[in-house]
Amino acid sequence: MATPNKKETPLTMDVFTAGLWKENPVFVMMLGLCPVLAVTNSVENSLAMGAASIFVLVCSNALVSALRNFIPKQVRITTYIIIIATFVTLVDYIIQAVSLDLYNKLGAFIQLIVVNCLILGRAEAYASKNSFTKSVISALGMGLGFTLALVMLGGVRELLGAGQLLGYQIFSTNFEPWIVMILPPGGFIVLGVWLLLINYVEEQRAEKIINEDAVPHNTAS
Amino acid sequence: MNPESLSFIFLSAFLINNFVLALFLGLCPFVGVSAKRDTAFNMSLATAFVMFVSSTCSYAINLVLTNFDLEFLRLISYIALIASSVQLVEMVLKKFSPVLFRALGIFLPLITTNCAILGVALFQTSRGYDFLQSVSFSLGAGAGFGLAIILMAGLREKLELSNLPNITQAAALSMMLAGILSLTFMGFAGLGTVA
Repeated sequence: MATPNKKETPLTMDVFTAGLWKENPVFVMMLGLCPVLAVTNSVENSLAMGAASIFVLVCSNALVSALRNFIPKQVRITTYIIIIATFVTLVDYIIQAVSLDLYNKLGAFIQLIVVNCLILGRAEAYASKNSFTKSVISALGMGLGFTLALVMLGGVRELLGAGQLLGYQIFSTNFEPWIVMILPPGGFIVLGVWLLLINYVEEQRAEKIINEDAVPHNTAS
Repeated sequence: MNPESLSFIFLSAFLINNFVLALFLGLCPFVGVSAKRDTAFNMSLATAFVMFVSSTCSYAINLVLTNFDLEFLRLISYIALIASSVQLVEMVLKKFSPVLFRALGIFLPLITTNCAILGVALFQTSRGYDFLQSVSFSLGAGAGFGLAIILMAGLREKLELSNLPNITQAAALSMMLAGILSLTFMGFAGLGTVA
């Protein structure tokens, strides 16, 4: 107990940006998929879900990190879950108070943030080992990355499924909405397409790096 | 059909509002454990059992909490309940079927963070099901989860044998497959809707 971490890496910009893209919780680590697919039928819902998740993620990681030297190893997962559940209950009541309409749209998925593996995963893998400031910053990055992914999905689904974006009509009224995009299958398919696109871009980039490395080598010989 | 009847509740959780493919609950094990049919089958058995135990217990807990006006503790007590029933299943399996216990390995404790299980408990509370309806609902949800994950495992075993481009590696193609499965399950919506 109370032994300071020996290998405390310095606080850099990487701590924050890793969650945004390089280790994006949704596209790279495939964590917390349930809310990603369930509530992204519009941008508004995605933003609300993202904000709620950021709040829970940052608060619970801050508390876990602050208490990391006091939590016995054997019961740590239970403790984390209880900490997370407390903050989720808070968010649940806050959203109910602020906008009942939004609360009804998101339904049980606010409460289901408790079992979002992203939050427990970050508490176990990062906050329980790192300092308070770093945990908060990393949680913020991860949360923003999660929200980014939610909005990327929600944007495509709302645009194609309703011809709108954030409630504003984008396509003319002649546009026949692709209802399937708002329904469950659309969620799976849009996420699949995004993953394919990201894989394609990553592959192109990897090839480019290999080619660039190869060119000076060839000219030298 | 009467939407309150036990058979309709079962059918609705099983097919019409399938937990994985229509409500997006329990996606982590759906993607993570669906590589082989055997593991998928064992996983769905364990999940269904935990679902049944935690749903019946959460019905009792909800009665107590409502009695004392402590509804704000609902979420915390449900999650503690699920964690302990997973522990229970783990101990029972270890004692009576060590083979199955070893086959499931790490996935057993991970059932705790399966949102389908908390989902069952939360939905039955918000819909105000009585005891028998809760039992039927949890059995239907467990069977639906099993059906989805076993179907997916079968498809993925076929994919292993086919020649695919590099960019469809990892989860990308699984998601597309799940989309198509979900599209077929929407056909069951014709059986009736649930409020």
